[in-house]
Amino acid sequence: MKLYDYELSGNCYKVRLFLSILGLNFDTKPVDFYPGREHKSKALLSLNPLGQLPIFEDSDAIFCGSDVILSYIAENYDKSGFWYPKKQRLSIDNWMRVADEITATASAARLHDTFFYDLDIDTARAGAHRLFRILDEHLWFSEKRGDDWLVETPFPTIADISCFPYVALSEEGGISRMDFPAIRRWCDRVKRIDGFITMPGIFPTSKAA
Amino acid sequence: MTQDCDDPVVLNQWHPLSSFNEIVVGQKHRTVLLGRSLFYQQTAKGELFVWSCDNVSFVLPTKRAYGFLWTSLGIPPDELFAVEEIDEPDRQNVATGVFGVNVSFGRAIENFLDMGHFPFVHTGILGEEPHTEVKEYDVDVSESRDEIMATRCRFYQPQASLASAAGADVDYIFRVPHTNCALLYKSSPGYEAEGRMDVIYMFLQPMGPEWTRAHTGMCVIDVANSYESIRYFQQIIFGQDKSILENQFPKRLPLDSRAETPIRADKSAIAYRRWLAKKGLTYGVIPSI
Repeated sequence: MKLYDYELSGNCYKVRLFLSILGLNFDTKPVDFYPGREHKSKALLSLNPLGQLPIFEDSDAIFCGSDVILSYIAENYDKSGFWYPKKQRLSIDNWMRVADEITATASAARLHDTFFYDLDIDTARAGAHRLFRILDEHLWFSEKRGDDWLVETPFPTIADISCFPYVALSEEGGISRMDFPAIRRWCDRVKRIDGFITMPGIFPTSKAA
Repeated sequence: MTQDCDDPVVLNQWHPLSSFNEIVVGQKHRTVLLGRSLFYQQTAKGELFVWSCDNVSFVLPTKRAYGFLWTSLGIPPDELFAVEEIDEPDRQNVATGVFGVNVSFGRAIENFLDMGHFPFVHTGILGEEPHTEVKEYDVDVSESRDEIMATRCRFYQPQASLASAAGADVDYIFRVPHTNCALLYKSSPGYEAEGRMDVIYMFLQPMGPEWTRAHTGMCVIDVANSYESIRYFQQIIFGQDKSILENQFPKRLPLDSRAETPIRADKSAIAYRRWLAKKGLTYGVIPSI
């Protein structure tokens, strides 16, 4: 297993995080995403014509995009079957689409503020606020039911892994989570999953639940 | 962002705009300095231009130093601070990337000077529990060179740099020769006996009073590791600092000695705040009353 990785990428972190939780060993190939733009190099475009990270290699097959990679890993390596349960796939896939929307807004704002991407910062932030409001409400009702996770299961799923990073990094794009208490509690729960690892900008939380 | 800067202390200074690694010859690049929109360009002949075009376009002074392009919005001094190590032939001078941080440059310099955060923010790399004590160190403000020096600093680090094989006590020297530029010198793995040190620097470009463009780089005696891997290592460190910096409140640096409660380990930060106050700096700070 090999991950073409950039340490400061939330999408790459989704894969690192999930592999760590499952306790799987893997190799990383650091990619000079910034400022080198190596993901747009010939060599990497031949692996992923979209010129994006992460790229994942396993038994000579190539997988691109964090959602595809997460579901591939879950299907092939998760012995528990909890991370991508057959019955809940529609709901999980829906949340992974929300994760894409979070990438298009909260992550875009972070790219603007941190890496000087040229985009409309106000639109990005407003979009993220709208999504965070939906997410917060959903999590609040889940908690009322006694559920901890995005999808109605007793265990976290790859939907949680997929939505977590760019929510947790939102402040780097000037988006505060102050007004989203259910999101903050959910972030802490994700951080308490066995095998949780950090990335620059995402810190561990206290042990006590 | 459109807030005008009228502080002569920062206006009459050189400020970094870009590492030459990132300047595409012939291309017009755009950035912001002290709230002003600027363009910069390097021509095929190697000429450098920086100009502002908020209302009327006018050309600004340029300087080439340490692999970076510098400019000024006022009347800058002839010389920039000296970094002799840059010219040593067995070093790599690596620009490790430029990052936007939503905080004042003063907060970023203070964080750079602070050893106390190493075990908690750079866990497993620049520090780890239980080695959390910041031992006594010396701070001097050199009148002749007009800069702050912190010496005799020592800290236990599990992985002080990419070239480190194991954890070790690492010697540090910090220098602040410019209101928004700081350098640190730390033992270079394998060269401790000769007393030679790696240089890590942070040249900050104040985009606004609470918005900073941080140019980071290092000048290391390390020919074994590639330029890219050194850059990658340093980006991880800076990525960890960034979110801590952005959570500072207030985002401007308070210069009044009663505004925040320092501890002994903050000696260099106290000297920095006093030094800025003495210069009469008002931009990006909360001046003392």
